Amino acid sequence: LKTISNSRRCYKQWLWFMVLFMSFSVIYVDAVWPMPQMISSSMARYTLNPREFIFQYSSGSSAQPGCSLLDSAFERYYPPRQHDEWFRFPFTVVVHVERAECEGYPDADSSESYKLSVCSGQAALRAETVWGALRGLESFSQLVYQDDFGEYFVNETEIEDFPRFQFRGILLDTSRHYLPLHAILKTLDAMSYNKFNVFHWHIVDDPSFPYQSSTFPDLSSKGAFHPLTHVYTQIDVKRVIAHARLRGIRVLAEFDSPGHTQSWGKGQPGLLTPCYKGTVPSGTFGPVNPANSSSYQFMTRLFKEVTSVFPDSYVHLGGDEVDFTCWKSNPDVRGFMLKMGFGTDYTKLESYYMEKLVDKKGPKWRLVWFWQDVFDYHEKIPVDTVLHIWKGSPGQIQQELSSITLAGYRVILAAPWYINHIDYGQDWEKYYTIQPLNFTGTEQQKTLVIGGEVCMWGEYVDATNLSPRLWPRASAAGERLWSDEKMTSSVIDAFPRLVDFRCRLLRRGIQAEPLFVGHCRHEYQGI
Amino acid sequence: MFATLKFAALLLAVVVCWATQDYDYNDAEIDEEPTLGDSPYGSLWPLPQKVQISTVVFKLSGASFHIFDAKASSSGASCRLLQNAYRRYDEYIFTSSRKQGQNKSKKALASDMSELQVWITSADSECDSYPSVTSDESYKLSVDSPVAVLKAPKVWGALRGLETFSQLVYKDEYGAKSINRTDIHDFPRFAHRGLLLDTSRHFLPIKVILANLEAMAWNKFNVFHWHIVDDPSFPYLSRTFPQLSQHGAYHPYTHVYTPSDVKMIIEFARLRGIRVVPEFDTPGHTQSWGKGQKDLLTPCYSGASPSGSFGPVNPMLNTTYDFMSMFFKEVNTVFPDAYVHLGGDEVDFSCWKSNPDIQKFMEQQGFGMDYSKLESFYIQRLLDIVTTTNKGYMIWQEVFDNGVKLKSDTVVHVWMGNKVEEELQKVTEAGFTTILSAPWYLDYISYGQDWQKFYRAEPLSFKGTDAQKKLVIGGEACLWGEYVDATNLTPRLWPRASAVGERLWSDRDVRDLNDAYSRLAKHRCRMVQRGIPAEPLFTGYCAHEYKGV
Repeated sequence: LKTISNSRRCYKQWLWFMVLFMSFSVIYVDAVWPMPQMISSSMARYTLNPREFIFQYSSGSSAQPGCSLLDSAFERYYPPRQHDEWFRFPFTVVVHVERAECEGYPDADSSESYKLSVCSGQAALRAETVWGALRGLESFSQLVYQDDFGEYFVNETEIEDFPRFQFRGILLDTSRHYLPLHAILKTLDAMSYNKFNVFHWHIVDDPSFPYQSSTFPDLSSKGAFHPLTHVYTQIDVKRVIAHARLRGIRVLAEFDSPGHTQSWGKGQPGLLTPCYKGTVPSGTFGPVNPANSSSYQFMTRLFKEVTSVFPDSYVHLGGDEVDFTCWKSNPDVRGFMLKMGFGTDYTKLESYYMEKLVDKKGPKWRLVWFWQDVFDYHEKIPVDTVLHIWKGSPGQIQQELSSITLAGYRVILAAPWYINHIDYGQDWEKYYTIQPLNFTGTEQQKTLVIGGEVCMWGEYVDATNLSPRLWPRASAAGERLWSDEKMTSSVIDAFPRLVDFRCRLLRRGIQAEPLFVGHCRHEYQGI
Repeated sequence: MFATLKFAALLLAVVVCWATQDYDYNDAEIDEEPTLGDSPYGSLWPLPQKVQISTVVFKLSGASFHIFDAKASSSGASCRLLQNAYRRYDEYIFTSSRKQGQNKSKKALASDMSELQVWITSADSECDSYPSVTSDESYKLSVDSPVAVLKAPKVWGALRGLETFSQLVYKDEYGAKSINRTDIHDFPRFAHRGLLLDTSRHFLPIKVILANLEAMAWNKFNVFHWHIVDDPSFPYLSRTFPQLSQHGAYHPYTHVYTPSDVKMIIEFARLRGIRVVPEFDTPGHTQSWGKGQKDLLTPCYSGASPSGSFGPVNPMLNTTYDFMSMFFKEVNTVFPDAYVHLGGDEVDFSCWKSNPDIQKFMEQQGFGMDYSKLESFYIQRLLDIVTTTNKGYMIWQEVFDNGVKLKSDTVVHVWMGNKVEEELQKVTEAGFTTILSAPWYLDYISYGQDWQKFYRAEPLSFKGTDAQKKLVIGGEACLWGEYVDATNLTPRLWPRASAVGERLWSDRDVRDLNDAYSRLAKHRCRMVQRGIPAEPLFTGYCAHEYKGV
């Protein structure tokens, strides 16, 4: 309670500071990326001394020492990242959390809001949840800066912050190229610096099946690029989930079917549809065979495992780009179509498959969501499904957003942020200026857009180039999804902030590429 | 979403026989088919001029295999360059798999390959010299049991041959190092195979430069064109004019190349048969020079008064030429290569036009309003200065286009994307040697497999006599630094630059994209295994993925 009154008093004090130093204060206000919802700061600053720098739980906080999540966050953020200097004054960051969910997982409705007040030689961080506290610690760490003589400072600052969208994701594709564990963990680190909160793990696809299933080990032993070196063991998956949890990041696993499943077929004979050439099997295979009941039995067992391995309440079921030619060629599938009365409408068959798949969901598995193709073809989608928009021109996307939200579904926007597509020049601006809610619809409809996602598909990306291709380009989307759109509408204002932020990422060991000509005080030291 | 996937699958599905080359199934094992999409040339990159690979396989044992000087070789243990290379290639070939001490006593099997003899055949091995544009890089490699022999007139050819030998070694299905009986006769198609790195727009740490010199050697590049200074920063620490980097670098200590850094880079390059050609671009692209050298640049005017900004080097002051003459004297002693690149590109005349003194000078000289005459005036004097240092020079194409009188051994660097063939025609018609960069601006990125575009470019497709074509001595891949620094340089460069490497080394007829894809995919995995983060060409994997990040 004491800290609160302190901060209020401070607030008043530096209102006139603000008036006095308005023109000078700008550089410090801009320090945090993504931009907090409300931030103001003064020229008054405090020196930080790693030797006398402490994080402390406030006495009234429901999280107390022993809260694994915050304890480890304190470790990460202490002392203010850099460690080669020393300072004069003691400085304390007092952390207060209303509801301690220290051992829990972040979820779709986790609150991430926080209040941060730096004044009177200390900082007070208040958050409803530990997840908010994590975001606040990140903001605090970004307020710390170094002067030309190497001393560290933090200015008197007030922040009240919360995300604009609850879902702020990054998709990594570990099927087209295998990403070693350390590349994934490093990405999670960088995500937390950018306040992303969902790791969408597109874990398997046509080219390879690196997920080592305990129920069906053949899937990876035959379907991975290499059965030993190019797989994610159960331990690896646990590590990713734990690493993500400590940073307030959900791990959303995608097992895309019925298309994009070539690699599944290698370890699970009979799962895929045999394609025919005339009256004989051609030897190639198509999507999952929707005419066999064994397909659904297999899926039930696989998803039972998946939902127990991945704690998140969502699983991504894919459902995109199903090619019907193979189904059409197969006499058994045609027979099944006839039996079911689908005529020659293969979208009905796909519908049937997806519905059966959703039927099979276990009790824990409350929600599912698809790529938007599913919506385009079918009507019978459960209302609690979240749809994922991944393609279309800007006009088409707006239309899609209108019609999906009109139908009452929640939606996540990925289409504008296919970051695997590269271009010469400063394409971050393109990702920055997206307006996710710029479509025709009621306020109610707009609330159904729950977020967005940056997709890094893997055709041309592996551990050699992932990081520089992702950062700081994804940071642009990060700010769009977290910050207030009116406060962050100018590319010109964002540029110097993002330049600074990318140097900060470099300093933290993230291989973030340059935006343009220039330098960082500490350049990247690898090759 | 994945339309390109389908396209590439189609591409790969087309199995193409390599008909134009000397692929030879010597040993009646013709029934052995290469796997789908695999090149009969394995992972060789760039493809040698003449190759015969048999299906007879020998094993290499890490414990017993060694690289030696042949007895008759003109180079011996005192040749540090080769000894160094032997060690390097021994490490590449056996990476971590060498079992120390083990198997030492075990006699090599009859089919084993026990050594590679390196035989420098000419009396002067050139071991202690610097490579030059006329260096002989040819070699002959004969891989047979029990010894393989690598013959080259000079050490430079031996270096290229060692790289080729290391590329012939592969792991069989049981993990044993293997090599097929092979005969290779190889030499470069072009003498100048360069790579331009820009250390002014972003500073590149020494480590990055060295790593990329290493990768250049794997791709048989032989010129490092060091675009060392430019508008944004002046990282070259000059002994004569230390204030240039003191004031012109991004940071006077952490973002400079000291004399010993430069020396180290030159020697590292020499040991790999790579020339270091520095570029000190003037009179444009010199903003950073002005910070440490007062009065060097032209003050721009806004109306009747100086605007506070500066333009190109001031061509009317004698002090300018005194400065240049001292500066290039130093450059001459620091960089041993016979050539220096003098730039001369993209001179913006607006500042010169604004300056009343320059206007007066134009009048005096009778240049009228033709500022390209003023540029020529400057460059002419600069060339005279550099000539006195006994260096040859390279210049960007504008200097030639503007009609500046050039020494006959000048190399004209063609970079402009439009009318490339016409330009080559004109330059060679005038009798100048030339190198080509226009198709190989690697800083321009796009989605997909753009290496194919670089690969397809053909330097000699212009109209001209044989004599004219001979004047095209090579090309350079350019990686300008606007969007590139240590974080992304290496994966952006490799394996895209490798495509240029093969175009410049291999025979003109080597242009089958399917065969190239197969070899290049393996070559890139080899680079990754050797520690260079070379990015993927497309979906797939390497047995040893990149361990960095």
